[in-house]
Amino acid sequence: MSILVNKETKVLVQGLTGKTGTFHTEQALAYYGTKMVGGIHPQKGGQTWTSGVDGSTLPIFSSVAEGRTETGANASVVYVPPAGAAAAIIEAIDAGIEFIVCITEGVPVLDMVEVKARLEKSRSRLLGPNCPGILTPEECKIGIMPGNIFKKGSVGIVSRSGTLTYEAVYQTTVNGLGQTTAVGIGGDPVKGTEFIDVLELFLADAATQSMVMIGEIGGAAEEDAAQFLIDEAKRGRKKPMAGFIAGLTAPKGRTMGHAGAVVSGGKGGAEDKIEAMRAAGINVSKSPAKIGEALSEAIAAFKA
Amino acid sequence: MNIHEHQAKALLKQYGAPVAAGVAIFSAGAAEAAARSLPGPLYVVKSQIHAGGRGKGKFKELGPDAKGGVRLARSVDEVKANVAEMLHNTLVTKQTGPAGKQVNRLYIEDGADIARELYLSILVDRSVGQVSFVASTEGGMDIETVAAETPDKIITLAIDPLAGVTAADAARLCDALKLDGDARTDGMSLFPILYKAFTEKDMSLLEINPLIVLKNNRLRVLDAKVSFDNNALFRHPDVVELRDLTEEDSKEIEASKYDLAYVALDGNIGCMVNGAGLAMATMDIIKLYGAEPANFLDVGGGATAEKVTAAFKIITADPNVKGILVNIFGGIMRCDVIAEGVLTAVREVGLKVPLVVRLEGTRVAEGKKMIAESGLNVIPADDLDDAAQKIVAAVKG
Repeated sequence: MSILVNKETKVLVQGLTGKTGTFHTEQALAYYGTKMVGGIHPQKGGQTWTSGVDGSTLPIFSSVAEGRTETGANASVVYVPPAGAAAAIIEAIDAGIEFIVCITEGVPVLDMVEVKARLEKSRSRLLGPNCPGILTPEECKIGIMPGNIFKKGSVGIVSRSGTLTYEAVYQTTVNGLGQTTAVGIGGDPVKGTEFIDVLELFLADAATQSMVMIGEIGGAAEEDAAQFLIDEAKRGRKKPMAGFIAGLTAPKGRTMGHAGAVVSGGKGGAEDKIEAMRAAGINVSKSPAKIGEALSEAIAAFKA
Repeated sequence: MNIHEHQAKALLKQYGAPVAAGVAIFSAGAAEAAARSLPGPLYVVKSQIHAGGRGKGKFKELGPDAKGGVRLARSVDEVKANVAEMLHNTLVTKQTGPAGKQVNRLYIEDGADIARELYLSILVDRSVGQVSFVASTEGGMDIETVAAETPDKIITLAIDPLAGVTAADAARLCDALKLDGDARTDGMSLFPILYKAFTEKDMSLLEINPLIVLKNNRLRVLDAKVSFDNNALFRHPDVVELRDLTEEDSKEIEASKYDLAYVALDGNIGCMVNGAGLAMATMDIIKLYGAEPANFLDVGGGATAEKVTAAFKIITADPNVKGILVNIFGGIMRCDVIAEGVLTAVREVGLKVPLVVRLEGTRVAEGKKMIAESGLNVIPADDLDDAAQKIVAAVKG
């Protein structure tokens, strides 16, 4: 089992014809035949996209609605540049796409405020923006995660940081546990999916036997997630868990790369997050290189 | 991106917000004409730097008994005397750090008869994903202090982006700020105006502290702090023109030309990393092994070899750097591109300090091979832990 995506997921690519969209669609097709079913381009509908790797082709549609009707797609991935990314997400919402993944970094935050208002009136779920996407090992890869570091297994991984997701994946592959699904929720302050949404899905997924949550400075999403885990544990829903928070050494008031990674007004600091996560029973690693070890410890303690 | 108070007020004035008449000056010679263009007889001379706490700040050159960075003047001659004391001196406030900031411009403004000082700000509230007003009757002081001591005196009001500021929203803010009569009429028109300015110009923060009620019961914007969403600057060339490069670190300006996320720090290990989270974690692990990072640097997802070369040059230009750690976990970023950029940079600028390179992810074999075959003195590392220990050991000798 897995969450959100599996081998039945059919994916449209918004921004397929660009360099980034092309490279990562080639990689996705090569990853256990992820069902990429077509691309969207308003002026290139009716044309065909050809993979530079193996010559396989995908149809291009002029709109998401057309692509969905023609292919039965239930997911889309957005590689559209920042200026047009929100409009692309809204087009996918309006076309009734169930799961939209926006990889684009640098989307204006007020565009996302509007997207969020529209999402709440829809049945779509958005992952991102400014995220690495989602991957279920040996089934489906949407986004830019390197598939070669994954191994099918039992750990659910959720992270605000792309590259730290890879660290957690790599370390849980090396220690033999493997992953059910890895979800990068993205580093922007206003986004489609939060920690709590993903943790709820992992708690409900029978194949997910342990979880890793990686946060960073800024906002209070980690504190909210910790409270959620405490509340769920009281209802008997609990899985062993490790975590990491990036930014203990970050100076206050400075935005650290991610638009959402800033300690402001004395709030959003790493110490508070680590404390909240530990109070929720998460084994928080001091070193980003020892997340896998921390999870193994958490699993051993859970069994004892 | 931040702008100065006088720029923020000029912008808000365009939208119809009530601000006092004022003139920004860059030289002492301009003081008299500026003051004479205002009604008087009360003037305020305000230091223009990108930091708060100016009123209580002290000028380094003037000694502890001199007045602060915001001064009242009761005649044109007093304006001139204050300008002469303040301009080009270094103002130290609780937000500037001990080094302070040089005051390169002053804002001379018409004085005000203040009855009450209020607090009002607009920001993006990430917990609800909406634009929110924050209002308090306790203006003129640090809002964080108010939040800590009397949180019940602060109200937060989220705005539905599809509806904008409704009359009911504006009325709630008027109630929260205890506005009546003319002040209430002013508030009902001011709040939608401020929201329009915030959303049209893609601001990330608009803080008016204080918003004042004058003795004639009218509202006035007495101070204004505005920050813009860097991700939206592409659609606001007029805002980009307001950028004051003298307020920014020279290495950070250079980095921004190449679209690199860079923050200068005080340590001696330069870092080049892909991804903001991993870049922060790399700083954290350097500290964990007993050394200090010289910078935060995220080369980003779409980095080219040229961008990596530029990043490497910015790191090596910092005289404090005694060692460099390149830490790449390729997703969108290909390891061979990183390797090519690093090798090009090393050949161009030379390598005078130890360099540890850790590569993992997409096309890692190609990247590692390029570095191994380069013949350059690069220390390879297998994982993040290994990399951090190797660079800390190399720097500590």
